[in-house]
Amino acid sequence: MVHAEYDIQKGAYNSAGEASADIKRKLQQLGISPVTLRRVAVSSYEMEMNIIIHSLGGTMGLCVDKDWITLSSKDQGPGIEDVELAMSEGYSTADDDARSMGFGAGMGLPNMKRNADDFRITSQLGEGTQITITFKVM
Amino acid sequence: MTIKEIANCLDARVLCGEDRLDQSVTSACCSDLMSDALAFIHENAALLTGITNPHVVRTAGILDLKCIIFVRGKVPPDEVLEMAREQGLVTMTVNKTMFTCAGLLYDNGLRGAPMGWPCREEAVS
Repeated sequence: MVHAEYDIQKGAYNSAGEASADIKRKLQQLGISPVTLRRVAVSSYEMEMNIIIHSLGGTMGLCVDKDWITLSSKDQGPGIEDVELAMSEGYSTADDDARSMGFGAGMGLPNMKRNADDFRITSQLGEGTQITITFKVM
Repeated sequence: MTIKEIANCLDARVLCGEDRLDQSVTSACCSDLMSDALAFIHENAALLTGITNPHVVRTAGILDLKCIIFVRGKVPPDEVLEMAREQGLVTMTVNKTMFTCAGLLYDNGLRGAPMGWPCREEAVS
Protein backbone atom coordinates (compact mmCIF):
# COMPACT_ATOMS: atom_id res chain seq x y z
CA MET A 1 0.00 0.00 0.00
CA VAL A 2 1.36 3.42 -0.99
CA HIS A 3 -0.02 6.81 0.04
CA ALA A 4 1.25 10.20 -0.98
CA GLU A 5 -0.14 13.72 -0.85
CA TYR A 6 1.05 16.82 -2.65
CA ASP A 7 0.29 20.51 -2.04
CA ILE A 8 -0.36 22.26 -5.33
CA GLN A 9 -0.30 26.06 -5.42
CA LYS A 10 -2.36 28.30 -7.64
CA GLY A 11 -0.33 29.52 -10.62
CA ALA A 12 2.76 27.51 -9.69
CA TYR A 13 3.84 26.99 -13.28
CA ASN A 14 7.53 26.75 -12.40
CA SER A 15 7.03 23.57 -10.40
CA ALA A 16 4.16 22.24 -12.51
CA GLY A 17 4.55 18.56 -13.25
CA GLU A 18 6.79 17.76 -10.28
CA ALA A 19 4.04 15.99 -8.33
CA SER A 20 3.08 13.97 -11.41
CA ALA A 21 6.70 13.05 -12.08
CA ASP A 22 6.98 11.81 -8.48
CA ILE A 23 3.78 9.79 -8.85
CA LYS A 24 5.11 8.25 -12.05
CA ARG A 25 8.41 7.36 -10.34
CA LYS A 26 6.60 5.73 -7.41
CA LEU A 27 4.45 3.63 -9.74
CA GLN A 28 7.48 2.61 -11.82
CA GLN A 29 9.17 1.44 -8.62
CA LEU A 30 6.10 -0.67 -7.85
CA GLY A 31 6.38 -2.34 -11.25
CA ILE A 32 3.07 -1.03 -12.62
CA SER A 33 2.66 -2.01 -16.29
CA PRO A 34 3.64 0.61 -18.90
CA VAL A 35 0.09 0.91 -20.28
CA THR A 36 -1.44 1.56 -16.85
CA LEU A 37 1.49 3.78 -15.89
CA ARG A 38 0.89 5.97 -18.91
CA ARG A 39 -2.84 6.30 -18.21
CA VAL A 40 -2.18 7.30 -14.60
CA ALA A 41 0.68 9.64 -15.52
CA VAL A 42 -1.38 11.51 -18.11
CA SER A 43 -4.32 11.82 -15.71
CA SER A 44 -2.18 13.00 -12.82
CA TYR A 45 -0.53 15.65 -14.98
CA GLU A 46 -3.92 16.90 -16.14
CA MET A 47 -5.16 16.90 -12.55
CA GLU A 48 -2.11 18.80 -11.33
CA MET A 49 -2.35 21.37 -14.15
CA ASN A 50 -6.06 21.86 -13.48
CA ILE A 51 -5.35 22.83 -9.87
CA ILE A 52 -2.56 25.20 -10.94
CA ILE A 53 -4.53 26.82 -13.76
CA HIS A 54 -8.09 26.91 -12.49
CA SER A 55 -8.15 26.74 -8.69
CA LEU A 56 -7.07 28.80 -5.71
CA GLY A 57 -4.76 25.94 -4.73
CA GLY A 58 -5.33 22.49 -3.35
CA THR A 59 -3.99 19.02 -2.79
CA MET A 60 -3.52 15.96 -4.90
CA GLY A 61 -3.30 12.43 -3.53
CA LEU A 62 -2.12 9.02 -4.65
CA CYS A 63 -3.26 5.74 -3.13
CA VAL A 64 -2.12 2.36 -4.44
CA ASP A 65 -3.27 -1.02 -3.20
CA LYS A 66 -3.09 -4.50 -4.70
CA ASP A 67 -5.85 -3.99 -7.27
CA TRP A 68 -6.42 -0.26 -7.66
CA ILE A 69 -4.60 3.02 -8.13
CA THR A 70 -6.54 6.07 -6.97
CA LEU A 71 -5.76 9.70 -7.76
CA SER A 72 -7.69 12.38 -5.95
CA SER A 73 -7.73 16.15 -5.86
CA LYS A 74 -9.39 18.68 -3.62
CA ASP A 75 -9.11 22.39 -4.18
CA GLN A 76 -10.11 25.53 -2.30
CA GLY A 77 -12.32 26.96 -5.01
CA PRO A 78 -13.72 28.73 -6.85
CA GLY A 79 -15.71 25.70 -8.03
CA ILE A 80 -17.13 24.92 -11.45
CA GLU A 81 -20.35 26.61 -12.49
CA ASP A 82 -21.40 23.99 -15.05
CA VAL A 83 -19.64 20.64 -14.64
CA GLU A 84 -21.29 19.12 -17.70
CA LEU A 85 -20.01 21.97 -19.87
CA ALA A 86 -16.55 21.72 -18.31
CA MET A 87 -16.48 18.05 -19.28
CA SER A 88 -16.95 18.92 -22.97
CA GLU A 89 -13.87 18.34 -25.10
CA GLY A 90 -12.43 21.67 -26.22
CA TYR A 91 -14.23 23.83 -23.64
CA SER A 92 -11.76 25.81 -21.55
CA THR A 93 -11.75 28.81 -19.24
CA ALA A 94 -7.94 28.91 -19.02
CA ASP A 95 -6.48 32.41 -19.01
CA ASP A 96 -3.89 33.85 -21.40
CA ASP A 97 -0.98 32.88 -19.12
CA ALA A 98 -1.97 29.23 -19.26
CA ARG A 99 -2.63 29.36 -23.00
CA SER A 100 0.74 30.97 -23.70
CA MET A 101 2.38 27.95 -22.09
CA GLY A 102 0.50 25.43 -24.18
CA PHE A 103 -2.42 24.70 -21.88
CA GLY A 104 -6.10 25.44 -22.19
CA ALA A 105 -7.00 23.01 -24.97
CA GLY A 106 -10.09 22.03 -23.05
CA MET A 107 -9.01 18.40 -22.84
CA GLY A 108 -8.05 18.14 -19.16
CA LEU A 109 -11.18 16.73 -17.55
CA PRO A 110 -12.21 14.62 -20.58
CA ASN A 111 -8.67 13.25 -20.79
CA MET A 112 -8.79 12.18 -17.14
CA LYS A 113 -12.17 10.54 -17.62
CA ARG A 114 -11.19 8.64 -20.74
CA ASN A 115 -7.99 7.30 -19.22
CA ALA A 116 -9.57 6.17 -15.95
CA ASP A 117 -11.69 3.13 -15.13
CA ASP A 118 -13.82 5.29 -12.86
CA PHE A 119 -14.09 9.08 -12.72
CA ARG A 120 -16.03 11.12 -10.17
CA ILE A 121 -16.24 14.88 -9.88
CA THR A 122 -18.17 17.06 -7.48
CA SER A 123 -18.02 20.83 -7.46
CA GLN A 124 -19.70 23.55 -5.48
CA LEU A 125 -19.46 27.10 -6.72
CA GLY A 126 -17.74 29.25 -4.11
CA GLU A 127 -16.37 26.21 -2.30
CA GLY A 128 -14.29 23.96 -4.52
CA THR A 129 -13.94 20.88 -6.64
CA GLN A 130 -13.11 17.29 -5.76
CA ILE A 131 -12.09 14.67 -8.29
CA THR A 132 -11.46 10.98 -7.66
CA ILE A 133 -10.24 8.72 -10.44
CA THR A 134 -9.37 5.07 -10.20
CA PHE A 135 -7.43 2.66 -12.38
CA LYS A 136 -7.47 -1.10 -12.19
CA VAL A 137 -3.97 -2.48 -11.75
CA MET A 138 -3.25 -4.64 -14.78
CA MET B 1 11.83 5.97 -38.96
CA THR B 2 14.96 6.62 -36.92
CA ILE B 3 15.51 9.99 -35.30
CA LYS B 4 18.62 10.39 -37.45
CA GLU B 5 16.50 9.91 -40.58
CA ILE B 6 14.05 12.51 -39.25
CA ALA B 7 16.88 14.99 -38.66
CA ASN B 8 18.23 14.42 -42.17
CA CYS B 9 14.78 14.66 -43.75
CA LEU B 10 14.09 18.00 -42.06
CA ASP B 11 17.65 19.33 -42.36
CA ALA B 12 17.45 19.82 -38.60
CA ARG B 13 20.08 20.91 -36.12
CA VAL B 14 20.23 18.48 -33.20
CA LEU B 15 20.29 20.34 -29.86
CA CYS B 16 20.76 17.44 -27.45
CA GLY B 17 20.70 13.65 -27.37
CA GLU B 18 23.18 13.19 -30.25
CA ASP B 19 24.01 9.72 -28.88
CA ARG B 20 20.39 8.57 -29.22
CA LEU B 21 19.74 9.25 -32.89
CA ASP B 22 19.51 5.57 -33.77
CA GLN B 23 16.24 5.18 -31.83
CA SER B 24 13.10 4.62 -33.87
CA VAL B 25 9.86 6.56 -33.61
CA THR B 26 6.61 5.02 -34.80
CA SER B 27 4.48 8.16 -35.20
CA ALA B 28 4.51 11.93 -34.91
CA CYS B 29 2.20 14.59 -33.53
CA CYS B 30 2.08 18.33 -34.26
CA SER B 31 0.77 20.49 -31.44
CA ASP B 32 1.33 23.69 -29.55
CA LEU B 33 -1.28 22.58 -27.03
CA MET B 34 0.14 20.22 -24.45
CA SER B 35 -3.28 18.99 -23.39
CA ASP B 36 -3.91 17.87 -26.96
CA ALA B 37 -0.55 16.13 -26.96
CA LEU B 38 -1.48 14.41 -23.69
CA ALA B 39 -4.76 13.27 -25.22
CA PHE B 40 -3.68 12.09 -28.62
CA ILE B 41 0.01 11.27 -28.84
CA HIS B 42 1.34 7.72 -28.56
CA GLU B 43 4.51 6.53 -26.90
CA ASN B 44 7.63 6.22 -29.08
CA ALA B 45 6.44 9.29 -30.95
CA ALA B 46 8.07 12.54 -32.01
CA LEU B 47 6.40 15.80 -30.99
CA LEU B 48 6.60 18.76 -33.37
CA THR B 49 5.92 22.02 -31.58
CA GLY B 50 6.61 25.73 -31.56
CA ILE B 51 6.44 25.91 -27.76
CA THR B 52 9.83 26.04 -26.05
CA ASN B 53 8.99 26.27 -22.35
CA PRO B 54 9.70 23.58 -19.70
CA HIS B 55 6.15 22.20 -19.97
CA VAL B 56 6.96 20.69 -23.35
CA VAL B 57 9.76 18.64 -21.81
CA ARG B 58 7.62 17.71 -18.80
CA THR B 59 4.82 16.61 -21.12
CA ALA B 60 7.30 14.56 -23.15
CA GLY B 61 8.48 12.93 -19.93
CA ILE B 62 4.94 12.01 -18.87
CA LEU B 63 4.32 10.49 -22.32
CA ASP B 64 7.70 8.71 -22.66
CA LEU B 65 8.36 10.45 -25.95
CA LYS B 66 11.69 10.00 -27.71
CA CYS B 67 12.12 13.25 -29.56
CA ILE B 68 10.96 16.88 -29.63
CA ILE B 69 11.25 18.81 -32.88
CA PHE B 70 11.11 22.58 -32.40
CA VAL B 71 9.74 24.10 -35.58
CA ARG B 72 9.90 27.61 -37.04
CA GLY B 73 13.58 27.84 -36.08
CA LYS B 74 12.86 27.99 -32.36
CA VAL B 75 15.52 27.07 -29.84
CA PRO B 76 14.53 26.55 -26.20
CA PRO B 77 16.41 28.21 -23.33
CA ASP B 78 19.43 26.37 -21.89
CA GLU B 79 17.55 25.24 -18.77
CA VAL B 80 14.91 23.56 -20.93
CA LEU B 81 17.58 21.77 -22.95
CA GLU B 82 19.23 20.66 -19.71
CA MET B 83 15.91 19.17 -18.56
CA ALA B 84 15.64 17.35 -21.89
CA ARG B 85 19.19 15.97 -21.50
CA GLU B 86 18.39 14.70 -18.02
CA GLN B 87 15.34 12.90 -19.39
CA GLY B 88 17.29 11.33 -22.24
CA LEU B 89 15.29 13.14 -24.90
CA VAL B 90 16.55 14.04 -28.34
CA THR B 91 15.72 17.62 -29.31
CA MET B 92 16.27 19.37 -32.61
CA THR B 93 15.38 22.65 -34.24
CA VAL B 94 14.16 23.05 -37.80
CA ASN B 95 14.00 26.29 -39.75
CA LYS B 96 10.71 25.37 -41.42
CA THR B 97 7.03 25.76 -40.56
CA MET B 98 5.20 22.99 -38.73
CA PHE B 99 3.14 22.32 -41.86
CA THR B 100 6.23 21.84 -44.02
CA CYS B 101 7.88 19.59 -41.43
CA ALA B 102 4.77 17.42 -41.18
CA GLY B 103 4.56 17.18 -44.96
CA LEU B 104 8.19 16.14 -45.34
CA LEU B 105 7.92 13.50 -42.63
CA TYR B 106 4.66 12.14 -44.06
CA ASP B 107 6.23 12.01 -47.50
CA ASN B 108 9.01 9.90 -46.02
CA GLY B 109 6.64 7.37 -44.50
CA LEU B 110 6.01 8.64 -40.98
CA ARG B 111 2.35 8.76 -39.94
CA GLY B 112 0.29 10.31 -37.17
CA ALA B 113 -1.12 8.19 -34.40
CA PRO B 114 -4.62 6.81 -35.06
CA MET B 115 -7.29 9.15 -33.78
CA GLY B 116 -9.55 8.22 -30.92
CA TRP B 117 -8.79 7.61 -27.32
CA PRO B 118 -6.26 4.82 -27.45
CA CYS B 119 -5.05 4.50 -23.91
CA ARG B 120 -8.01 3.00 -22.09
CA GLU B 121 -9.27 0.88 -24.97
CA GLU B 122 -5.83 -0.62 -25.48
CA ALA B 123 -5.53 -1.36 -21.82
CA VAL B 124 -8.84 -3.20 -21.49
CA SER B 125 -8.86 -5.05 -24.82
